[in-house]
Amino acid sequence: MAEPRPVLEMTGIVKEFPGVRALSGVDFRLFPGEIHALLGENGAGKSTLIKVLTGVHSLDGGTITLDGQSVRFASPLQAQQAGISTVYQEVNLCPNLSVAENIFIGREPTRAGRIQWKQLRRKAAELVDRLGLDIDVTAPLSSYPLAVQQLVAIVRSVGTGDSVAEGSGTKVLILDEPTSSLDRDEVLELFALMRRLKEQGVAILFVSHFLDQIYEVCDRMTVLRNGTLVGEHMVSDLDQVGLVQLMIGKALDQLEELHDHQLHSGVGEPLLQADGLGRTGGIAPFDLEIKKGEVIGLAGLLGSGRTELARLLFGADQPDSGKVTIGGKQVSMSAPNDAIAAGVAFCSENRKTEGLVPDLTVRENIILALQAARGWTRPIPVSQRDELVAKYIKALDIRPANPEARVGQLSGGNQQKVLLARWLITQPKLLILDEPTRGIDIGAKAEIQKLVVSLSEDGMSVLYIAAELEEVLRLSHTIGVLRDRRLVAQIANGPEITTSRILETIASGEHQ
Amino acid sequence: MSATTQSRTAPDRRTTSKTARLLGDRRLPVLVTAALFLVMYIAGLSRYQNYGFAEPQVFMNLFIDNSYLLVAAVGATFVILSGGIDLSVGSVIGFTTMFTAWLVERQGMPILLVIPLALAVGAVGGFLMGYVIQNFEIQPFIVTLAGLFLFRGLCLVISKESISITDSSVSSMAQAQVSLGAGFLSVGAIVALVVLAAAFYVLHYTRFGRRVYAIGGNEQSAMLMGLPQGGTKIAVYTVSGFCSALAGLLFTLYIQSGDPLHATGMELDAIAAVVIGGTLLTGGSGYVLGTVFGVLVLGLIKSIIQFEGTLSSWWTKIATGVLLCAFILIQRAMTARKKT
Amino acid sequence: MTTTSRWRALTHHQLFWPVAVLVVLLLVNIPFTPDFFSIRMSDGHLYGSLVSIVLFGSPLILVAVGMTLVIATGGIDLSVGAVVAIAGALACSYMSGQADQNALSGVLLAMGLALLAALVCGLWNGFLVARMGIQPIIATLIIMVAGRGVAQLITDGQIITVNSEPYKLIGGGYWLTLPFSIFVVAVVVAVTVALTRRTALGLLVESVGGNAEASRLVGIRSRRIKIMVYVFCALCAGIAGLMISSNTSAADGNNAGLWIELDAILAVVIGGTSLLGGRFSIGGTVVGALVIQTLTTTIYTIGVPTQTNLVFKAVVVIVVCLLQSPKFRAKVFGTKGRGRATGPAETAAVAEAAPKMEVSR
Repeated sequence: MAEPRPVLEMTGIVKEFPGVRALSGVDFRLFPGEIHALLGENGAGKSTLIKVLTGVHSLDGGTITLDGQSVRFASPLQAQQAGISTVYQEVNLCPNLSVAENIFIGREPTRAGRIQWKQLRRKAAELVDRLGLDIDVTAPLSSYPLAVQQLVAIVRSVGTGDSVAEGSGTKVLILDEPTSSLDRDEVLELFALMRRLKEQGVAILFVSHFLDQIYEVCDRMTVLRNGTLVGEHMVSDLDQVGLVQLMIGKALDQLEELHDHQLHSGVGEPLLQADGLGRTGGIAPFDLEIKKGEVIGLAGLLGSGRTELARLLFGADQPDSGKVTIGGKQVSMSAPNDAIAAGVAFCSENRKTEGLVPDLTVRENIILALQAARGWTRPIPVSQRDELVAKYIKALDIRPANPEARVGQLSGGNQQKVLLARWLITQPKLLILDEPTRGIDIGAKAEIQKLVVSLSEDGMSVLYIAAELEEVLRLSHTIGVLRDRRLVAQIANGPEITTSRILETIASGEHQ
Repeated sequence: MSATTQSRTAPDRRTTSKTARLLGDRRLPVLVTAALFLVMYIAGLSRYQNYGFAEPQVFMNLFIDNSYLLVAAVGATFVILSGGIDLSVGSVIGFTTMFTAWLVERQGMPILLVIPLALAVGAVGGFLMGYVIQNFEIQPFIVTLAGLFLFRGLCLVISKESISITDSSVSSMAQAQVSLGAGFLSVGAIVALVVLAAAFYVLHYTRFGRRVYAIGGNEQSAMLMGLPQGGTKIAVYTVSGFCSALAGLLFTLYIQSGDPLHATGMELDAIAAVVIGGTLLTGGSGYVLGTVFGVLVLGLIKSIIQFEGTLSSWWTKIATGVLLCAFILIQRAMTARKKT
Repeated sequence: MTTTSRWRALTHHQLFWPVAVLVVLLLVNIPFTPDFFSIRMSDGHLYGSLVSIVLFGSPLILVAVGMTLVIATGGIDLSVGAVVAIAGALACSYMSGQADQNALSGVLLAMGLALLAALVCGLWNGFLVARMGIQPIIATLIIMVAGRGVAQLITDGQIITVNSEPYKLIGGGYWLTLPFSIFVVAVVVAVTVALTRRTALGLLVESVGGNAEASRLVGIRSRRIKIMVYVFCALCAGIAGLMISSNTSAADGNNAGLWIELDAILAVVIGGTSLLGGRFSIGGTVVGALVIQTLTTTIYTIGVPTQTNLVFKAVVVIVVCLLQSPKFRAKVFGTKGRGRATGPAETAAVAEAAPKMEVSR
């Protein structure tokens, strides 16, 4: 590519949220007729970059140039009018309307205020046809699977502007994780559409967690980590191992105090056994054994099936296949209650939506799981309750140490500790922690990791999920590696296991 | 099973299977209601043929006797399609009867001047409710509840007593008949049918109408698609207020008096007619034509109970409740299938 | 503690505004009825404006207390008015068929029958909401529409009058110089508070209403809890129905408990329980119901024509709702609305915002 002028150029982008610098001086270029991957783990700043570009967030520093002109958008609508369209993972269309209407709503052809339905359907059919899709535009959108709805969303967004019939209103198309819930055939269809748009000169920004997809369809990629740019490469110049290393490999380790920690070897008898457990669209059937006192770390990129695996073990989602045995007894896993009764506890990665009840106090949030297990008729006696709560507030150093504080007002780290306390109080046999250290400060991070170690020494099994490989490697007896919704390897930890070995496994899907 | 999974496993996944398509068809509830109406009508024909049920005028009377309900239900259809609810319908109708009777009888204003005034009051009331709902993000349920109290209260402020209308122009208007070969329709019924036609046109042939469907289908999406969702919402409540006031005028014509307790609870009849007519209470799906059938079914229940003679009026309420329940469960089954 | 901070603490108490409104309403009466607060004894019964406010407000308090729990789970129950009518109708029609209307056993049986009917209504609502997953407002609309028909069916469209001394007691009788209904209300409120705060029910209800998904993942059986609150709400409405029919010694299927569901919801909202569910306050609801009843009484005593009662009520609804709306507060009082919640927790959420939350602006 002979370096033509980029259609979009972002330089020195800075975005700050109170207390957090989400983007610090990021540069980004997008050329016409290319498919450009934007990569990075959770919190790397991908979403923020896209939001700054599309006017969802305001800009704190840096410049955005579109077609040689400096721009700054106040709303997604403005960005759209300037030719930057976004299609999100969640289809933002109206499922109750027809495909044709979804493509044209808000800009229907009218004569004297009357919608020209025939013309609208014909135009929609032409547009769909020219993009090589086989869709009946008169059918309601909800009658199509999600994949097709996504294609329709793309058709709508590229059809913006006055030249609807030409489908050339859009200069930049942003696809934010469009493939997360698609199957292979559907992905191929999406790629075909992307390539056709690329031929028409549209610049496409593609976000996906599936590395194979990046290598299949993209020309160039930009990698972010912790809000900074770590590299822009042609896809052909960088192999998967190199890419994974860029994304997560060299995360700076600031947790010195844990470095000398030796994994204890007192792993006991088997506790939990999963045989062929799986769920369509979530994770392929897998076998897993967890021993008493063992820490199993799950490594893999975002979207590789880490969370899905954990949710199945907790009964948060219902498996389609396989069975789970805990302590020799088969557990039905039809609801979280079954798993909880068998001694499993689960701290979700989404503290706000799946963990805390923000309106309730710290104390109430802490005793919730224990109380749910006891049933409503047997409240925990006040003195015992206060003692337990005080004990865990102290043990985990929850701040403010006020059991009456509303949990919604606590910082992320303290909220995480409240969640931990909630489950520790129930004295589970297996504690599942899904990204417990995400979005919390370094100090709290170290405390939580130390806690995991001591819990394991006391005989509690822990399933630990984290984006940072060092974290997983340091804490786990066994490392489960996931890739593309599959548990591809289970590696016993030892001196010879290094982050680069794990990285290779993640990148290649095989363990030597 | 779900239309989605079926279409995925089918050899050609673009063509959904016939049954799935039929069950997923939004017109299905309307057809069910229409069929129900036909069955009830035919049952009425066979049972009461000796009592004059077969007279075309019996059918015409359904429109004459329910013209105000039809207009109110059309307004409610707009609100419910947009995903909201309007509890103030009955009160606005009651208020309009009082307002009209008071202006005509006590103030001696000509009815032709009162009509636009009453309509304006209803529309402004609806606009204000929509404005509060949209701009302060208070649930429509609560805001229109306040509207219910306000307009019923204003009725009583005008007068605690009922005011009967003796104005000659009103009674001549009320008694005017439009002959239609086999039978006749009242002015009220004609107005109701015109409103219906206008609503159909607006909902299906204007951008505003499609926006109503869009925000009922997914308000957030509608906003992200760049549709002026706030204005649409306010407009929907304005339409409902206007329709309620118009229904109030028709009710005044029908009953020729104003009474502070007129049309108490009619919002429930209107909502029931809309739901029985196949419109989803969650918004986004339904047809104003279904509402007509909903009103006709409710009207027919009343007629049949009258023809039956021995059945008491409260069976109307029970039958309405049972129908409502049946249709809510049908809707639930339909939406549940779509989601999975 | 400075005066301002003490004042802040006071105004931030959840009961401050409802109680303030109640006190202001009560004080408004003094210029018009100087002896408003006086209570006098006659015939061994206490009389006075305050007593009658509680007496006439009793059914509303009962219904509102039940409604509070339903709203706390994130639901709503529109059918309470119809349940009031059914309960009254059933009790009265059973008693009117008895040879001796004063027989205690007959009265108790009639009341039992009425409460059983209420229980069935509650189970039905709970079943539709919790098992079938139908929106509460829609599910309870069914009994709201059909229930009045059923009540009229029971009374055969007539107003059934009964003449039973024991039955008269619940809604119109006196005991220990006070109206008996005050004791009924006190018992129901005490039982509710005990049931929710002495057991873990209140906590679980608030958890389900505050975050349904988190509650599921913590192992709370939310279906059971939802069914329970609908049954409880219907039972409260049933008792209120007995009280109303007892007070008038008559059952009116058409008008008994008309609009009481709306008043009850209003009382709950005034009492500071959010219609979105979560935290609830039984005390607040009782105060809210008293505010509504005092409003009615006040309008009467200060000589404003009674017909403006509803207009006043509408104004109160709007003012209370506007004050509770964060957007309104932000617009009118400036900064308060949005900035308030932005603690460290909030920023973390922004930084890690997943694509799903894209739309939030």
